[in-house]
Amino acid sequence: MELTENYFERLPKEEKQVNEIVRPSMTFWQDAWRRLRKNRMAMIGMYVLIAIILIAIFGPIISPYTYSDQTLTMANQPPSSAHPFGMDNLGRDLMTRVFFGARISLSIGFIVAACTLVIGVLYGGISGYVGGTVDNIMMRIVDILYIIPSTLYVILLMLVIGPGFNSVIIALGATSWLSMARQVRGQVLSLKEQEFVLAAKALGADSRRILLRHLIPNSLGPIIVVATMQIPSAIFNEAFLSFIGLGVSAPEASWGVLCNDALPALRTAPHELFFPALAITITMLAFSFFGDGLRDALDPKMRK
Amino acid sequence: MTKYILQRVIAMILTMIVVITVTFILMHAIPGGPFASEKNLPPQIKANIEAKYGLNKPLYQQYFDYWAGLLKGDLGPSYKYPGRTVNDLIGDGFPISAELGSYAILVMLLIGIPAGIISALRQYHWQDNVVMVFATLGVAVPGFVLATLLIYVFSSQLGILPAARWLSWQHKIMPTIALSAYNVSFIARLTRSSMLDVMSQDYIRTARAKGLSEAAVVIKHALKNSLIPIVTVLGPLIAAVLTGSFVIEKIFAIPGLGRQFVDSVSNRDYTTIMGVTIFYGAFLVIMNLIVDIVYVFIDPRIKLAD
Repeated sequence: MELTENYFERLPKEEKQVNEIVRPSMTFWQDAWRRLRKNRMAMIGMYVLIAIILIAIFGPIISPYTYSDQTLTMANQPPSSAHPFGMDNLGRDLMTRVFFGARISLSIGFIVAACTLVIGVLYGGISGYVGGTVDNIMMRIVDILYIIPSTLYVILLMLVIGPGFNSVIIALGATSWLSMARQVRGQVLSLKEQEFVLAAKALGADSRRILLRHLIPNSLGPIIVVATMQIPSAIFNEAFLSFIGLGVSAPEASWGVLCNDALPALRTAPHELFFPALAITITMLAFSFFGDGLRDALDPKMRK
Repeated sequence: MTKYILQRVIAMILTMIVVITVTFILMHAIPGGPFASEKNLPPQIKANIEAKYGLNKPLYQQYFDYWAGLLKGDLGPSYKYPGRTVNDLIGDGFPISAELGSYAILVMLLIGIPAGIISALRQYHWQDNVVMVFATLGVAVPGFVLATLLIYVFSSQLGILPAARWLSWQHKIMPTIALSAYNVSFIARLTRSSMLDVMSQDYIRTARAKGLSEAAVVIKHALKNSLIPIVTVLGPLIAAVLTGSFVIEKIFAIPGLGRQFVDSVSNRDYTTIMGVTIFYGAFLVIMNLIVDIVYVFIDPRIKLAD
């Protein structure tokens, strides 16, 4: 049978467009943002986090009270219209202290996560990229450090460098990069065998360039997820340290310090524990929803 | 298998050497020395105290002396409790902490695993939602907050349970809940996702196609495989219970090792801090070894290259 022209029919333009299956081209980040935006819980988490960050920045400025001014006659007063969160054991406005605590707790969370990011990415990146004996030794060190909970090292370090804001950051930053290093190493190990790395090598790129321009940007998704999860865990750990008396020093107060200060008067003034504890819990929830959403958005294969 | 265990034991010894050395260096790097806080000691008495504890010797000598003691199982004297050794303190505190820790781990497994399974089997139904709400909250509330809330509600307000100490079974309820809550949630989430994973496997479809009842599919085919990830987190779980006990034992005034450790941190009792850290290290290392060996036996997919 011979196919002649009259077997075929020209499609009108509109019908042609209907049959085309095209999706607007998107970068990885646009795609991830689209997925994240569709996740309602993650978006709520994100807005709550933005709100908390804004409160941490502007709350203490707007508040008519300061975090350290004491009115001893008003000590342990329950919430009132003038002091919505009540007063603490030294007669300081608790709302201002919780807002100020947000500054300290969040700064610790973000700075520690940044330390984790830098140390973990470099350590894991080098270990995975160089490979062989170097990788073996570097990872055995991580394995050894991994068995002992970082809390123990943190306590020992805090004893050596003394309490305070900077000490908390140093101690937590120095001990929390292990899982990041493992994650990055795993990523780099699997990525470095791929063709685009070979192509870069063939074009004459040196190791530094391959590591910084090709391997690390390509493993950025999981790295960001691990770093995001690191923030709440740093806030948690700081609260724990403050709770055993090794955190930031007075009159500055993180949420953990506020919880600890509330304990002696728990029976008569439970509001002193309630508000900082609520702040921690809301922040943890927001981070956990946002972090889960981010993981699903950046790593759709992981999705369950 | 023997080769694997041998390798692990060598790694374990290496870990302990690192832990001991790092702990020793850190404890001796603390500015001021252990008796700096004792006010206005006459120099002669200070020298006598330092001679008694061997602190006047050069550092490397102290290090070797400490090792010599360790190899005999002697963790040295406590600086703050005269006449007591670190071994005494551990001997008093550890059994209590071990009891509390065992309860906590039992609760984690006995509540977390069934909750996770129910949640996975009834995915998107109300049972799943209830479990997930609790699992999410459990991870968001710090242990010390939960502990104080429990005390406030059940002791201060309702007066049902005793707020502190470690005597009758009533004393053990709240500490166990506070210590296990976080990881109950963790285990429930882990079991849920692992169960969902297993339930979507082909062999489950095969089992269903054979006409097996849903109960038989779940119990005989899904359950065993979905519990393997739980075994891998047992090591970190024990570590979490151990560090969690620091705060929980302090809040509930339980005379366990965790509280002993926190007290020695606030008292700057350096030998006790050092001894307990090393004891914790050894304990965790051994637990990890046991878990790893058990894991090899449980998961048939792991073939060791012997």
